[in-house]
Amino acid sequence: MKKIQLFFCLAIFLVSCKEEAKTDQVKTSTIPSYNYKELAPLLAKRDGKIYVINFWATWCAPCVKELPAFEKLLDTYKDQNVEVLLVSLDFPSQIQSKLIPFIKKKQLKSKVVVMNDPDQDSWIPKINEKWSGAIPATLIYNSVKRGFYEQSFDYAALENELQKFLN
Amino acid sequence: MKTIKTILLVSIFILITAFTLIPDTGYKVGDIATDFNLENVDGKMVSLSDYKEAKGFVVVFTCNTCPYSVAYEDRIIALDKKYKSQGYPVIAINPNDPKASNGDSLADMKVRAEEKGFTFPYLFDKGQKVYPQYGATRTPHIYILQKENKKLHVAYIGAIDNNSRNPESVTKKYVEDAIDALLVGEKPKKNTSRAIGCSIKSL
Repeated sequence: MKKIQLFFCLAIFLVSCKEEAKTDQVKTSTIPSYNYKELAPLLAKRDGKIYVINFWATWCAPCVKELPAFEKLLDTYKDQNVEVLLVSLDFPSQIQSKLIPFIKKKQLKSKVVVMNDPDQDSWIPKINEKWSGAIPATLIYNSVKRGFYEQSFDYAALENELQKFLN
Repeated sequence: MKTIKTILLVSIFILITAFTLIPDTGYKVGDIATDFNLENVDGKMVSLSDYKEAKGFVVVFTCNTCPYSVAYEDRIIALDKKYKSQGYPVIAINPNDPKASNGDSLADMKVRAEEKGFTFPYLFDKGQKVYPQYGATRTPHIYILQKENKKLHVAYIGAIDNNSRNPESVTKKYVEDAIDALLVGEKPKKNTSRAIGCSIKSL
């Protein structure tokens, strides 16, 4: 009897291990891909947290250059209700070949989603009326206020903007 | 000492505000655009006033290095082929500082223009004087100008069409629609549009 119990325990353990490995694999080989309607709720959460949303792409040199600042911001402020979301504007044909290898290579800790909505003229002004469409661009918001920045950030400038939302 | 400090503070304030105001300047539809004199890939200087017969222009801020610019190259050539003969030639301008954007020097532009067989001038915005006047923020960024009483009126600002990735999936040809309207003496119904593009590179 005891042997059977042990066997079951082992079996469950092994199965759960396998499951975990499977989900982990899924996590790194696919990335959520959204149109504007699907992305919009992520840009308007009212849960007391501060969200730092960065619009970028692997082909955008100034975007890649400023990514470490966002990673550092997440690392420094993750215990203070700050979340970082990297919204990639990489071409759909380059998600597998460029974006996923990039995320793995840089070991990005921030959450990454792909914005795949060709009707840019309709959704760009909905994200911010002043945004011309150039990237990098960043949105910082909490329940009460929003800031939009069509510019590049270094860490000091980014932290400085975040401070306005923390206080 | 105190006055020096005040003067210093005030001048710093003015400097900061002056610089932050730059992105808000630039042309809006209906404004008068100024001419320029920029070097082309063939070594000659080009001004809009050289085109005596033109009814207007399709000014395209673009570059060698931005994937969106590259994705539109064939469509820009097609625009020039279609509309040059009707009085609206394409004038392409690279606004990037090559020191900030490797691959966007005049020498690189010459190579690209030859490779692709550009049928239009591809000018270098040396010293980055022209793009801030227009208010261009990204590549590609299009300004359609219409000649009226010898002045150049801005008639359209924005993207070429509504699908940068795939020319076959385009459902709205903003630039063509705008020029077609101008050619029959009408104002473009849609005179601005937005699209994702690469920020213009400066040091």
